[in-house]
Amino acid sequence: MAPLLSVKDLSIGFGKDDSVVRDVSFDVAAGETLALVGESGSGKTVTCRAVLRILPKAAQIRTGSIQFDDRLGSKELVHLPERDMRDLRGNQIAMIFQEPMRSLSPLHRIGNQVAEVLWLHGRKSEAEAKKEVLACFERVGFPDPERTYSSYPFELSGGMRQRAMIAMAMVAKPKLLIADEPTTALDVTTQAQVLGLMKELQRDTGMAMILVTHDLGVVANMAEQVVVMHKGRVMEAGAAEPLLSAPAHPYTKALIDAAPKIPAAAIPTGVPAQQDLILELNGVSKTYSMRAGKGWKAPSLIYACRGVDLHLPRGKTLAIVGESGSGKTTAARIALGAEPPDEGGEVLFRAKAGADPIEVHKMDRIARTAFQREAQMVFQDPYSSLSPRMRILDTMIEPLEIHGIGDRAERREKAGAMLQMVGLGQDMLMRYPHAFSGGQRQRLSIARALMLNPSLLVCDEPTSALDVSVQEQILRLLEEIRDQKQLSYLFISHDLAVVARIADEVAVMRRGLVVEQASPETLFHNPQHPYTKALIAAQPEPDIHRPINLQLVAQGAGRPEDWPEHFRFSGFEAPPLVPLEPGHKVRCHV
Amino acid sequence: MEILRYAFYRFGTMLLTLWVVSILVFVIINLPPGDYLSNQIAELRASGQSAGVAKAEFLRSEYALDKPLWQQYLIWVGFMPGPHGFSGLVQGNFGWSFEFDRPVAEIVGDSLWLTVLVNLAAVLFVYVVALPLGVLAAARARSWVDYTSAFVGYLGLATPNFLLALILFYYGHRWFNLPIGGLMDPAFEGEPMGWEKVKSILIHLIVPTFVIGTSGASAMMQRLRANMLDELGKPYVETAIAKGMSPSRMLAKYPLRVAFNPFVADIGNLLPAMISGSVLVSVVLGLQTIGPTLLTALKTQDMFLSGFVLMFVALLTLIGTMISDVLLVLLDPRIRYEGRDA
Repeated sequence: MAPLLSVKDLSIGFGKDDSVVRDVSFDVAAGETLALVGESGSGKTVTCRAVLRILPKAAQIRTGSIQFDDRLGSKELVHLPERDMRDLRGNQIAMIFQEPMRSLSPLHRIGNQVAEVLWLHGRKSEAEAKKEVLACFERVGFPDPERTYSSYPFELSGGMRQRAMIAMAMVAKPKLLIADEPTTALDVTTQAQVLGLMKELQRDTGMAMILVTHDLGVVANMAEQVVVMHKGRVMEAGAAEPLLSAPAHPYTKALIDAAPKIPAAAIPTGVPAQQDLILELNGVSKTYSMRAGKGWKAPSLIYACRGVDLHLPRGKTLAIVGESGSGKTTAARIALGAEPPDEGGEVLFRAKAGADPIEVHKMDRIARTAFQREAQMVFQDPYSSLSPRMRILDTMIEPLEIHGIGDRAERREKAGAMLQMVGLGQDMLMRYPHAFSGGQRQRLSIARALMLNPSLLVCDEPTSALDVSVQEQILRLLEEIRDQKQLSYLFISHDLAVVARIADEVAVMRRGLVVEQASPETLFHNPQHPYTKALIAAQPEPDIHRPINLQLVAQGAGRPEDWPEHFRFSGFEAPPLVPLEPGHKVRCHV
Repeated sequence: MEILRYAFYRFGTMLLTLWVVSILVFVIINLPPGDYLSNQIAELRASGQSAGVAKAEFLRSEYALDKPLWQQYLIWVGFMPGPHGFSGLVQGNFGWSFEFDRPVAEIVGDSLWLTVLVNLAAVLFVYVVALPLGVLAAARARSWVDYTSAFVGYLGLATPNFLLALILFYYGHRWFNLPIGGLMDPAFEGEPMGWEKVKSILIHLIVPTFVIGTSGASAMMQRLRANMLDELGKPYVETAIAKGMSPSRMLAKYPLRVAFNPFVADIGNLLPAMISGSVLVSVVLGLQTIGPTLLTALKTQDMFLSGFVLMFVALLTLIGTMISDVLLVLLDPRIRYEGRDA
């Protein structure tokens, strides 16, 4: 049988430059999933867009053919007239994009945007289309389709928006679905559920799928065929199982090695003795009040953090893990003194071993300045955390200027030394940030944070905007610096696998509460809390024999009111955090 | 119903703003030393005309100009009884023009609504011209359509309005037999409204609308083009194309809808800019709008007249912003739902 889609020797270039995609060939059979894998800049996105011919204006398909074979006969998509192409788009070949928020128009109701596909392809009356869309909404898991139909995108959460995008792609029952990093912007538990949904829908409808991703874990869970791309060329292609278990190409091997893994099983290490603590959060809560829409209603309260106790020993790494909205970033901001905790909470900081603790939120201006020298932050997005209008040198020495340390020559020398320390060259000091890649920029942010010789570094998802192989390098750098300079890290992440590697202790947060806390070995070897189990289960791994256990994910990532009785919240009331064994705390009823 | 409540609330804030504006206006027109009457009295004294002085002194007490400033203000607005009881702006008494020696209401009379008419026509012109051109320029960005419209637009921005007015009058008269100057045939002035008069006004409106509107239209066009180009780069545009929409339909439904917001928000700014911008044009074209009156009043420190005109312009501005705010709430669900639990 002829494949549904057959791409042959495809080359695509921008303007007069060299081709960014070179001689790419692959086939997709009906009902099959093909994964296009690669890092940013590998050409995978351009390739999949070429199939729908929605390339940027400057790009042109130079050579090659794209054959699409629906039942009416084979079509050459490269030369198909635009009008016929339009009939295919959304109808025969649909697409899901990466950012569910920005990929939906903010000003139109969801129902309108989804039903539009049916109106466009002129198959349905308005009433019929609505009926079909409602059925589709129910299929993708909206509890109240009618209400979703008349909602605006900003009223839905990220996961729900991606479900709406999937509904939009599926409603016309296409033969081929192209999904461009469909879950990259989602939390790990949401990602697992969305992937599960896509797979289920594929089984029901028998459509084929091209999955574009950088995550080999996602590939292992979804794909039958894999095409690995690097710098516009296919490095390796073939069935998923042999390719992932015995990669032939060194690049594939490197990719698989770089993917962070949760340790299969390890011996729980002993309890870290309560020794010299650099940072202590005692009973920290934070409540925000939201202005209610109507004047006479009391403002609704949001409990971002509830009674968080965290202790960070000097020279160690404490990680806070949780989904967006779990309160992990709020906890970090309070620890840095960026926000005051509610009455009753305190944050203690000891700059030197054995020094008297200072209370971070009760400092005068001078003490605060001194504290800021000791505690620095590395941010999530290396693209927006460096000023594009300042030279690297100026960005680097700014902290020294603020604190009045050294003269110009000393500052410059220090900046050069720091750059070398993070693996960049001294000669890069006079460049602007745009001349650096994502990974290099994150190195720059780390170097900047180190300029003041801090003793505490707060890292807020420092690797989540980076490619896997770069992520690996940054993590290694952070470990090296920690050991070399005796730094302590407060590490915020939603990615358990990353945390497993770098942390000495992990606190898992949900709804502002720590639900489980232990060393990573204990946590992965012997997770107790359903949410922790869900997080671990949801982590896609590049091992085709360990698929995501969706049941575990659904149970733990659901509402805390629906957790097993032992762990269940009843509304605002949550069970206490009890020590199960030394160094392992779980929030459960005793 | 929510929208009605919002409109009501917005109207309340408008009144409040108007009150603050009235204080500002009053302070500003009193900033230059002296007032119309004391200047006149000084002049009369110097030339020894004591009869005139007596009249001016009478006017001074008649209009409470001998009272302290804050009392003058309250009397002017009508919050406090003056020599003739409560009789200020609030009560509909706009005051007395010393320069023209007539009540302000009588002087501005017709020109009030003619001002509104001319400027509304200009705003309409701005929108009618800028909307299609801006969209077209964005859709065909970096093509000859874009460059031509940008060129014409900058030409419109750069040409002084009065010059444009003179040129248009000359050629308009020569080629299309358009009338020169004024807002109606002199024969209709002071006549009751009738079909012939409306027709005359409409014909006279053509050139002024064009003159006052061009610069606004080209600025608006460029802004719309820039907004549209921003929106065209957004992922939801790609989503729409991937659905199989035709480019023109997609353009009208998605990016234009988003780019439209600033467009609407501009109504408020457009009105005052045009009114103050059209003063010179009105002088050149001999339009019976409020502009030339304002100019004279400011020059001669005719306080009640200038105060009233300034208040009127402020009122137009506030009404403009109110309209655009209410429209925005209608147009943009994100604003409408603000404050609801997210």
